[in-house]
Amino acid sequence: MRKEVWFGLSIMAAVVIMVFVLMPAPSQMTNGHLGLLMLALIVVGIMLGFPTAFTLMGMGVFFGWIAYRSVNPALANQQILDLMVQRAYSVMSNDVLIAIPLFVFMGYLVERAALIDRLFKSLHLATVRIPGALAVATIVTCAIFATATGIVGAVVTLMGLLAFPAMLKAGYNTKVAAGAITAGGCLGILIPPSVLLIVYGAVAGVSVVKLYAGAFGPGFMLAALYVGYVIVLAKLRPDLMPPLPASERVVALPSYAQQLAARGNNALTGLWHGLTGGGVAGVRKSTLLGQFFVTLLPALFIVAMLGATWQLATKPEAVIDMTGVVEAGGGVVEDVKEESGGLLSQDGGGLQEPPAEGLQEPPVEGAKQSSAPVAAETVKPEIVVKAAPVPVATPERTATPLWLWITLGICTAGLALLYWLWSWVRLEVFKMLLTSFFPLAMLILAVLGSIVFGLATPTEAAAVGAFGGCILAAAYRFNTHLREASGPNFGATAWTTVKDLGGIVKESSFLTAKTSAMVCWLFVGSSIFSASFALLGGQELINQWVLSLDMTPLQFMILAQIIIFLLGWPLEWTEIIVIFMPIFIPLLPHFGIDPLFFGLLVALNLQTAFLSPPVAMAAFYLKGVAPKHVTLNQIFLGMMPFMVIQVIALVLLYTFPGIGLWLPQTLYK
Amino acid sequence: MQKLLLTIDKMSTFVGQSFSWLIVALTFFITWEVFSRYMLDAPHPYAYDVMIQMYGTLFMMAGAYTLAKNGHVRGDVLYGFFPSRLQAGLDLTLYLLFFIPGVVAFVWAGYNYAAESWIINEHSNVTADGPPIYPFKTIIPIAGAFILMQGIVEIIRCVICLKQGEWPSRAEDVQEVDVDKLKNMVHVRDEDIAKLDAYVVKQAGSDK
Repeated sequence: MRKEVWFGLSIMAAVVIMVFVLMPAPSQMTNGHLGLLMLALIVVGIMLGFPTAFTLMGMGVFFGWIAYRSVNPALANQQILDLMVQRAYSVMSNDVLIAIPLFVFMGYLVERAALIDRLFKSLHLATVRIPGALAVATIVTCAIFATATGIVGAVVTLMGLLAFPAMLKAGYNTKVAAGAITAGGCLGILIPPSVLLIVYGAVAGVSVVKLYAGAFGPGFMLAALYVGYVIVLAKLRPDLMPPLPASERVVALPSYAQQLAARGNNALTGLWHGLTGGGVAGVRKSTLLGQFFVTLLPALFIVAMLGATWQLATKPEAVIDMTGVVEAGGGVVEDVKEESGGLLSQDGGGLQEPPAEGLQEPPVEGAKQSSAPVAAETVKPEIVVKAAPVPVATPERTATPLWLWITLGICTAGLALLYWLWSWVRLEVFKMLLTSFFPLAMLILAVLGSIVFGLATPTEAAAVGAFGGCILAAAYRFNTHLREASGPNFGATAWTTVKDLGGIVKESSFLTAKTSAMVCWLFVGSSIFSASFALLGGQELINQWVLSLDMTPLQFMILAQIIIFLLGWPLEWTEIIVIFMPIFIPLLPHFGIDPLFFGLLVALNLQTAFLSPPVAMAAFYLKGVAPKHVTLNQIFLGMMPFMVIQVIALVLLYTFPGIGLWLPQTLYK
Repeated sequence: MQKLLLTIDKMSTFVGQSFSWLIVALTFFITWEVFSRYMLDAPHPYAYDVMIQMYGTLFMMAGAYTLAKNGHVRGDVLYGFFPSRLQAGLDLTLYLLFFIPGVVAFVWAGYNYAAESWIINEHSNVTADGPPIYPFKTIIPIAGAFILMQGIVEIIRCVICLKQGEWPSRAEDVQEVDVDKLKNMVHVRDEDIAKLDAYVVKQAGSDK
């Protein structure tokens, strides 16, 4: 046998021997000591590699029976059976855990939608001027994709196939490239909607909604720290991440764009002149109009967002029947739409605004007809807000708050800058992002937004998200098949898509069943186990012991995080959360620690579990698809800086709890 | 013998896979319910119970399937390094020590639990006039029985492994990370990866 085996076995033997040495003689043994024995044995049991769910179940039943027998031997059999089945049933009817299969299902569907290569390519082109562009694009792609799927293995493998070759070809250092992929791929377990947070919520009795709202801050902070690190490193050591040669950066322009680009570099004015100035030879007007609409999308989006925010912020206190006004407004919308040449059509959000504006401020029509559309787009929100204090026949709206004005100013300036820089190349990149980045981002934001703002329960949002993932997969497959098909044969393409989608849904649902069975059976086992543990009084003994140490909350927190960090080394996050969290959580009130905050720290901490050798899953997935001269050691070395960043992030979060707690505290006062 | 094992594997797989379609049903059901509540203003009082029962049935019935595919999470830090015979020996001991007593107790307890529910004709009390619960509770002993059967198969596998020194084969199944499929999806071929080696070697050379 190999050395490692003996090493492991001797550690286990040491644990067992230590337990027996430390235990009092059998005659003086109390139930509490039995509880501790149980805890020591479960650690050994897990290390032996038996399916953890059943180890927990068997041990829980045995020790629970002993606990009951010490009270009343006659009833013990019946009581332990009742306890067991009730625990199992409570997991079966748990309304928090139900979100797990749904989110997992959504993840598998998105993973199989085959959009990651487009996502990576477009993000790469979008970030091309930043130092270390490929690594930045890799991390951002990982963050987005991992957020949507939550499957570390798949993300790391896919990025290992896509981004790793690209980075190596560009002359990137192997270690840096490996680090970016593995660290980025693990973000999915922290950034919501993550299954880890649901499991923690179910264990600790913390609202999943609050956990999601809280995990935004730390998740994005960690991603931003990764990106910041890569950029700084690329600036300081260009030899590690050389900038791409010019030939790699070129974005191919379509023919009409090439023609128009000759006249001027700004796509917005170019398109406008092309539209108004009698068109361009050989280019259809509808093409130009379509491009123009795409160009205006950011402006329309911001107007819609500002309008919605304004609606919410200045909502009148009293509830008054507004139907008449809305209807009247609706009529005006039609007019406005016709006049502005369909500019506003197809944008549901944008439509909410014009009614009020058209009704109250006739000058808007004039502004709209002005020759420069930039002005029209940027001026419009201003007028909308100005109109606010002077409503006609509408209930008194509250005054527009200052922050909204500031936001408006920033947005206007941002839009002006955006359109000033809006070159033809950027238009192409934007269109690529539009088909890869934005659908996924919208899906995630819609799911999370509806949870965080209380529009839907996590379960409902997860189900709708899974449905959205299904549609996304269908749309991308359809698109791919349509491109591959020789002619525009929609019928045949649709049929292949349906067949494809059937396969995807089938595979995804099988995988979902296995993953949810794994997590939920573990939950069944551990809830039987922790019930027995509490029955024996082991929990109480631990509580007393920890309290007798007389630690400050800071010391306790650091100790807890170090223990979790160490546990993350040999165990998977499911086992850590499900088995060991129930031991920590009852201690939290003694130290005045918010379980929500603790959960965020744990989630951040467990990121390291994926990156710490020798069991770092991420590294092995990457190794599986890397060229054979890339060694595991290189990958591990590459992950080290990112692990340091994770620890820094942990310290930052602890020092400034506001990073995580601000959002939930503001939203759910 | 191997044939019998694979047959039982197949049965567990078939049951698990059939029930895994519940996730599709659950997705559509909840989506429809959300649509119906917000858009049509017609919520259904039984929705909550149906959701919970679908979810509970899904994961319970997939337990044996997961066991058949070796999908239950295990601490494989050391386990992975063990030779097959030691793996089998440890597994066999722990199956007999923890699994069999635990799962037998589970089936027995579940049987009584469900029987009581049938006798009192139990209905959900989440809403007035809730749907019946007794079929849902019956899932506990049924799922337990499937797991027990699959567990016995696994025990036999351990014995075979102890005798032969290597694990008997399992039937193929969908993988969470199926590298070949993923390679296909992003159009990467093995040759491409092999070609990349040149870059790595070049880099290693320039480092020295």
